[in-house]
Amino acid sequence: MVAESPNRQQVIDWLAQVPDPEIPVLSITDLGIVRDVAVDEAVTVSLAPTYSGCPATEAIETTVVETLKRRGIDEVKIRRVLAPPWTTDWISDEGRDKLRTYGIAPPEKGAGKAALLHGERSIARSIACPRCGSIDTTLVSEFGSTACKASYRCEACREPFEYFKCI
Amino acid sequence: MKPEDALLAYTLRLGDTALVLGQRLVELVTHGPELEEELANANFALDYIGQARMFYSHAAALEGAGRTEDDFAYLRDGQQFGNVLLVEQPNGDFGDTIVRQVLFETFYIRQLDTLTRCSDPGLAGIAARAVKEIRYHLRHGLQWLVRLGDGTGESHARVQASLHRLWPYCGELFAGDDVDEIVGTHYGGPDLSAIREQWEHEVHALLAEATLEVPDEPWMNAAGRQGVHTEHFGYLIAEMQFLKRAYPEATW
Repeated sequence: MVAESPNRQQVIDWLAQVPDPEIPVLSITDLGIVRDVAVDEAVTVSLAPTYSGCPATEAIETTVVETLKRRGIDEVKIRRVLAPPWTTDWISDEGRDKLRTYGIAPPEKGAGKAALLHGERSIARSIACPRCGSIDTTLVSEFGSTACKASYRCEACREPFEYFKCI
Repeated sequence: MKPEDALLAYTLRLGDTALVLGQRLVELVTHGPELEEELANANFALDYIGQARMFYSHAAALEGAGRTEDDFAYLRDGQQFGNVLLVEQPNGDFGDTIVRQVLFETFYIRQLDTLTRCSDPGLAGIAARAVKEIRYHLRHGLQWLVRLGDGTGESHARVQASLHRLWPYCGELFAGDDVDEIVGTHYGGPDLSAIREQWEHEVHALLAEATLEVPDEPWMNAAGRQGVHTEHFGYLIAEMQFLKRAYPEATW
């Protein structure tokens, strides 16, 4: 038990230390899935799911509850927020830098503007290699090690890398 | 029928359709023809199961009777499932799977797109999430349809045969009932005849690009929405529900 309720910013700072289980270099605040934190008798954390079937959703919720409990907050509520939907545009600039350093090309911005149906048959565009920065890269597969990534190869430095899909 | 009852039925049908198609795709896990397709398929299956969970959770909230997503998925009998029959059709060969996915998803993406603007915030939120996923699926399906149709003699003949087998189930996509009508009027749900027109236009163009013929089979009169299923469905649901029914207290 804590003597007094923690302030909201304090809770947000604690949440900034909760890693995404699949891409641990990103915190859940970098990822942009923490929509709101409300502090009254309980602490209510509003989280937006990334993909409908993302297996990390429940793991993240459990970790948030455990993290805050360790800080002495006994009453933690998780609220799932569907609207507005999460898109890769919610990933912070800091998060994008972290992804690049980690070896994953960050998603392009402008997820909301994607054409509904026609035109685009492939995501193959000029994705910069996160290692050498070259845009001479080739799409290897639209599907990668997790639902959110595609596989690319850099033709300049010949290294394979993953691209965080723009969705 | 009261508007809120229609909305609940409509949401459950969306959940049923997503769950049944997700379950079909799950059957293919570890059977992909190559690693890339294995990953693609597993991703698609995961999206559909995730969408089904969201639709069912929303239905549970609308119903307010204490049922959960698991109750809807595991503890209802076949006749209570209102999925469209196209999605319960077996995976068959790779061409059958691709054709089923393309015929359904070219419809579903438009249904979801309209729902993103409907007046029920829960449904609109789920649709906004799901429409992006289906867009990604379709990119994959359309590439394969063209590659198989405009490919070798063997791939062309087989995918044309898949198209003939699955075509009769397409009419049902656009044959709504009073539930669709009420959700259309009261919540801004999709106008199925408008979607049909866009769908036909797009699918005909796609088939032409894939050098495939539009089948001349008539569309069958189907009632999946009302719980009347094809024979294949019984096997699917029996496998899906076995564990929960045999060991009701099991958790995982």
